[in-house]
Amino acid sequence: MALNPTQARPRQRMTTWTSEKVKDRLSRFVLFLVLSAGALLILSPVWWMVATSLKSMGEIMHFPPTFFPEHWQWSNYIQAWESAPFTQYTLNTLFITAFVVVGTVLSNSFIAYGFAKLQFPGRNAMFVLLLGTMMIPGFVTMIPQYVLFSKIHWVGTYLPLIVPSFFGSPFFIFMLRQFYRTIPNELVEAAKIDGASHFYIWSRIMVPLTKPAVLTIAVFAFNGAWNDFLGPLLYVNTQSMYTLQIGLTQFQGQAQTDWNYLMAASVLVLLPAVLIFFLFQKYFIEGTSLTGASKG
Amino acid sequence: MISSLPTAPDMAKRKFWNMRRMEWIFGYTFVLPWIIGFLTFTAIPLIFSLFTSFTNYNITSQMNWVGLQNYFNMFTQDQFYWQSLGNTAYYVLFSVPLNTLGGITLAVMLNKRIPGMRVFRTIYYLPSVLSGVAVYLLWEELLNPSTGYINVILSWVGIHGPAWLYDPAWTKPALILMQLWGLGGGMLLYLNAMKSTPEQLYEAADLDGASAWQKFLHITLPMITPVIFFEMSTGLIGAFQVFQSAYVMTNNGGGGPLNSLLFYNLYMWNEAFVNYQVGYANAMAWILFIIVMIITLVNLGISRYWVHYEGGD
Repeated sequence: MALNPTQARPRQRMTTWTSEKVKDRLSRFVLFLVLSAGALLILSPVWWMVATSLKSMGEIMHFPPTFFPEHWQWSNYIQAWESAPFTQYTLNTLFITAFVVVGTVLSNSFIAYGFAKLQFPGRNAMFVLLLGTMMIPGFVTMIPQYVLFSKIHWVGTYLPLIVPSFFGSPFFIFMLRQFYRTIPNELVEAAKIDGASHFYIWSRIMVPLTKPAVLTIAVFAFNGAWNDFLGPLLYVNTQSMYTLQIGLTQFQGQAQTDWNYLMAASVLVLLPAVLIFFLFQKYFIEGTSLTGASKG
Repeated sequence: MISSLPTAPDMAKRKFWNMRRMEWIFGYTFVLPWIIGFLTFTAIPLIFSLFTSFTNYNITSQMNWVGLQNYFNMFTQDQFYWQSLGNTAYYVLFSVPLNTLGGITLAVMLNKRIPGMRVFRTIYYLPSVLSGVAVYLLWEELLNPSTGYINVILSWVGIHGPAWLYDPAWTKPALILMQLWGLGGGMLLYLNAMKSTPEQLYEAADLDGASAWQKFLHITLPMITPVIFFEMSTGLIGAFQVFQSAYVMTNNGGGGPLNSLLFYNLYMWNEAFVNYQVGYANAMAWILFIIVMIITLVNLGISRYWVHYEGGD
């Protein structure tokens, strides 16, 4: 849009064209330098993690520290992975994550359709209540929830980590509702006249039309479940059921200051989230553009 | 809504009401999962939590009414309570404003036309993709006083870095620093809001000869105030609940040197799940709830003086 010099720029621009252009170029160059320096600063911890994971313990302790490992010890990764049951932890985490993603996507898009496209008494009041629940600090409900789950003997199972995701969460409902509202009501009306039920409209029309938002929520849910630490810390108490996050803290206690192994394990645990981010980046950035309260 | 030709007005009316009823039934069906979830996982737990905050409940055997005893002890007897509240206030006071300012500054810089801008945006956003225990372990390594990256960098410019997580004066700045690394998450929201600002506003300002700073102050900033408000509200609630980083980075809830990382939720966790003082912990939870609610309401109240909603929605 801004690249429209003929109509957008003021006429006086013509007279001072050269000096303005030089100034503009210069300021952009300075900005480029600043952003590059900042990018290095942001990325360097990540590089440091990778570099440390490939060093020998001797090299880590060596002063001054090196930025590039002298010998790339890929065996650190195997060593780290094998010194704790990480394969088991990964399978456990994948199991929980799969259910949470399915539950989150299904329940939130279902509920959001009701709030966005259907008229019924009490709808707006309920929606306000839903937004209000976002303000409740998680710890207030966490302790009584623990009591509830322990009374029905769910502590020590994955059920407390999985089942709640099938009942919607306010943030996702809000986000999807915003999305659904951008889809014209006439579409729903037309489908209704053709005899389609609301279940059909939701599953066959709305969900496909809001693919970016649904994928965004799936990515959020994946990251949430993959990185969940509090849930497993509370509800999982046998080592064979540990998730990666819990396993990593256990490994920290076990490996102490073997930073190369700790960092190798950390890189592996972070990898899926990074891969998914790059894979779904397009949808992700499209999807988040509607979450902020900035609906035009 | 429905334009069927009425042969008899009564029939049409009945049909209309039947349609509406049907829609009501569908409506409740669609939101039913949320209603069930709200009652089971929010409403009933809230009531239970409030009730037990007036008891000496310990999950297993005892639940005797003690009146305001828990609240009274908390405010007058418990020095750790006040320390945890102070630690948390410190963290909130620095991390939230720094995050907001940093996020806006970054978004302004990333909203320019420069080669490689997409790459820059991705790089700055990357840390907010990384989360969980692995990141805490990484930062423990980075903050290591002798071999850690941060003190190595500082030594290059002649600064003898602090002991970070081992020095009670530097533990909280260390955590705030770590949190600022994830600045890019907020940046993305600000950037999206900036990009949806109508171009004509800037063109009109150009015609009036406005400077870049004036354009920022009078166009960009007002246009992104809804996002600033959203980010600050959620950021405050989040910062008050800081827990995981402190838990992992202080040997599973130890609280750090001189309890300098004993945050509110960490103390509450220890009371509930280590000492089984569930009644006491629930009283703590409710005070936190009230603090957060007051701050949110104040925020909401003053928002109409500075948050600009396009189209008055």
